[in-house]
Amino acid sequence: MTQRAFSRGVGLAFALLFSAPVAAGLVGVALPAFGHLPVLGYEGWSVEPFRRLAAMPGLAASVALSLAAGLATTLLSVLAVAAFVAGAFDTRAMRAGGRALGPLLAVPHAAAAFGLAFLIAPSGLIFRLLAVILGWDRPPDLLIVGDPLGLAMMAGLIVKEMPFLLLVALAALPQLDARRQLHLARSLGYGRLSAFMLGVWPSLYRQIRLPVLAVAAYASSVVDVALILGPSTPAPLAVRILEWMNDADLSLRLAASAGALLQLGVTLIVLLAWLGIERLGRVLSRAFVARGRRMAGEGALPALSLLPMMLAAATVLLSLVLLALWSFAGFWRFPDLLPPNFSLTAWERTLRAARGPLWTTAEAGLLAAAIALIVVVVLLEAHRRAYPVRPGDSALPTTVSAVVYLPLLVPQIAFLFGLRVAALSFGLSPSLGTLVAAHLLFVLPYVALSLSGPWAALDPRYERIGASLGRGRAALFFRLRLPLLLAPVLAAFAIGFSVSVGQYLPTVIIGAGRLPTVTTEAVALASGGDRRLVGAMALLQTVLPLIAFGLATALPVLLYRNRRAMRSS
Amino acid sequence: MRSLRVLLLCASLASGLAGSALAADPDPSDWPAVTAAARGEHLYFNAWGGSPQINDYVAWVGERVAAEYGIDLTEVKLGDAANAVSQILAEKAAGVTEGGSVDLIWINGENFAAMKEAGLLAAPFATKLPNWRLVDTENQPTILVDFTVPTDGMESPWGGAKLVFFTDTARTGDVAAMPKSTAELLEWAKAHPGRFSYPAPPDFMGTTFLKQVLSETVADPSVLQKPVDEETFDKVTAPLWAYLDALRPALWRDGRAYPQNYPEMKQLLADGELDIIFAFNPSEASAAISAGELPDTVRSFTFPGGTLGNTHFVAIPFNSSAKAAAMVVANFLLSPEAQARKADPKIWGDPTVLAMDKLSDEERKLFQSIDRGPATLAPDELGPVLAEPHPSWVPRIEAEWAKRYGQ
Repeated sequence: MTQRAFSRGVGLAFALLFSAPVAAGLVGVALPAFGHLPVLGYEGWSVEPFRRLAAMPGLAASVALSLAAGLATTLLSVLAVAAFVAGAFDTRAMRAGGRALGPLLAVPHAAAAFGLAFLIAPSGLIFRLLAVILGWDRPPDLLIVGDPLGLAMMAGLIVKEMPFLLLVALAALPQLDARRQLHLARSLGYGRLSAFMLGVWPSLYRQIRLPVLAVAAYASSVVDVALILGPSTPAPLAVRILEWMNDADLSLRLAASAGALLQLGVTLIVLLAWLGIERLGRVLSRAFVARGRRMAGEGALPALSLLPMMLAAATVLLSLVLLALWSFAGFWRFPDLLPPNFSLTAWERTLRAARGPLWTTAEAGLLAAAIALIVVVVLLEAHRRAYPVRPGDSALPTTVSAVVYLPLLVPQIAFLFGLRVAALSFGLSPSLGTLVAAHLLFVLPYVALSLSGPWAALDPRYERIGASLGRGRAALFFRLRLPLLLAPVLAAFAIGFSVSVGQYLPTVIIGAGRLPTVTTEAVALASGGDRRLVGAMALLQTVLPLIAFGLATALPVLLYRNRRAMRSS
Repeated sequence: MRSLRVLLLCASLASGLAGSALAADPDPSDWPAVTAAARGEHLYFNAWGGSPQINDYVAWVGERVAAEYGIDLTEVKLGDAANAVSQILAEKAAGVTEGGSVDLIWINGENFAAMKEAGLLAAPFATKLPNWRLVDTENQPTILVDFTVPTDGMESPWGGAKLVFFTDTARTGDVAAMPKSTAELLEWAKAHPGRFSYPAPPDFMGTTFLKQVLSETVADPSVLQKPVDEETFDKVTAPLWAYLDALRPALWRDGRAYPQNYPEMKQLLADGELDIIFAFNPSEASAAISAGELPDTVRSFTFPGGTLGNTHFVAIPFNSSAKAAAMVVANFLLSPEAQARKADPKIWGDPTVLAMDKLSDEERKLFQSIDRGPATLAPDELGPVLAEPHPSWVPRIEAEWAKRYGQ
């Protein structure tokens, strides 16, 4: 078999295997959405589910919230990342930012959302500080968490999406000729920021476009953050679909399925609107260039441009501290700044309850990340050998990249319920295997995202030299390529692992409650509202990914302590 | 515990399946055979998992039934019991008629009615359990009729519930001055704007508050014991909406947001945002004080004219993969040992379903020695029990509430 045929065959097999669950899941909601759910006695076709959906009170507001969350989260996160990279490029701030990313990414969305609530709620830290100064003895009656515009929810999303987009931007930068592009622009008289934004950002943005679209899709259909920080009268569309799906009124499932299709449409509109915003950005920057202004005198702007990212990082880290404080607190009355007494009860309870779930989480995460890593490496390597890649080319065959990001762009809520019914009818009962398979749908795209850049960027001359010294393909792969790419490979593994740990919907839906993980336990306990337990559980949720990111950073440094050039990469 | 609408089409389909499943089911009247079959079974007990105290109690049940009956019990912690009902339905949709993923489920009210109507329950077993003879069927009518729906032995009682109100006397003063009816509560709320709220329905505590107001304001309470009559629904519920309209401007956050559930109200009471909250468990406040969640100045009160009360149960789904073990656990939950432990506020504080006069002296002592804690009313201070309305009222008032206040 030729290398091209092999690459094409592997790619095609993967594409079919990987898109099947998404397709099956979508069919599984499309049938009931059009009135076909035989077990409840609904046969044939009707648009009644859509009519019932349309009659739901507050549906328009729910849709508007989802649209706004999708667009605002993406826009603000992208702008903040662009500002940070432009201001920090080639400075110490950039390296510091890169180092802080691990802990920021390790905090699962739900944990960060809880921490943010402990910070900004009327009974939270900020108002406790104000109360001490102003002498209040009760929290103010202000609607902050769960505000009808969803601002708290968007803030929770933004502080988590910014580190993620920064990570992909930092990974993409080395593939560009950024330094020379910047020098060229500066030699034309542009200031630091404008030189970066006009000279480097357009090509950098092209590299991170897919993750940006994934952020837009995610924010428009998020469930766990919306449950914790989002409004409830009405809630964003995805939350309401989940409620209808789980309602004891079983006939609501038809309307819920119709809602899932509506969610698909809402996400599609967000993605299309985002493409429009991209175009607008292009037009505006061209107009700016055409006017010829250089913006050379920038004053404090470069320093200010770092602010949003630093604010987000500080928020997440402060949230972690608050989670920790609450987890050890005794009775902690408003407006005390610190708990008057401490207690280990919450941790004793949490650790006792979490022993099993912790193990399941670790097993599922390790398996899913390992399988995803092997699959992605095989796909990348087969493609690279068949078609020598130049910088800027796609590192994956088109058949693969057409489907691998599908689970990130199709809202989870739109296909997971259908997938569960499909799995059950194939006789697949919930097991670690089905859980890992479900997690793979979301782990694999992230592993592919983070590894394909570095994989294509490695200078092919290393392997040419190796080959000229008479080494075979296996030796070149295991003794040159893998060791040279150890850092990005481990980073991809850590990202995959943390994505698996953070999965909520796939775990409850496909695991059917029989395979509790720390994330599902944290959300279940959150329904009990005890801040001590929420704090302990959320920290526990953070610990596993933190270990993974720590190892991914430390191992290359340790292994290559005697190879200076490889440490700095 | 969410709203439901009965699906008659389902019932006919289910009755066909139930016939075939019956043959293999364990027979609780041959109890030694049931315990023998239960040994070594793995039981998934699906229960609301939002309370660490209750989770700890269930963990203790797991240890006890493992030691005594060789049953391996795992608690599946649900955010809402309706999720499990929906899961059993999904299994039925896929034709999973045995080996289902829910073996025993904690339910009552609408979820029981929904499962019973949709044929999702196993054959009647509860009245044949050995400990059934201790159950207080004489004084607790809600054990035999769950939200007006006859239980028919398809669910086994676990505990009682009675609506009580809590306040922090350190902020509000003497508990004797607190409201004595929902009408007085409205006046109190107007005098103390922003200090009262209720969870947004369909949270079951929020729906309970709506039902309490409805029961107190309705012209003829007997209509609530019958299914909703669409023709008179607007007229019957008009006083309820008038009440809520008047209450809304005085609510916490001006009624623009509502607490999610009881635990959030408890946190808001602890933070001093709310001054009056309510729960279905009379010793909940004492339990929260001993857990460090509420200050020790919190006290309980109830309405002399009566508040809603009901019973909660465990039931076995039609496709339970461990029916014998489920029966043994249901029976163990009714034992004086398990019921007395559950009634202790330091453990959980859930009222018993057993009749004291049916117990031996020694068993009775287990209950008499319990310290109710500072914030729990004595059984004779709890006031009369108002009957739960027919379950069909729940989806209707929830939908109407969502239309009026949910957007």
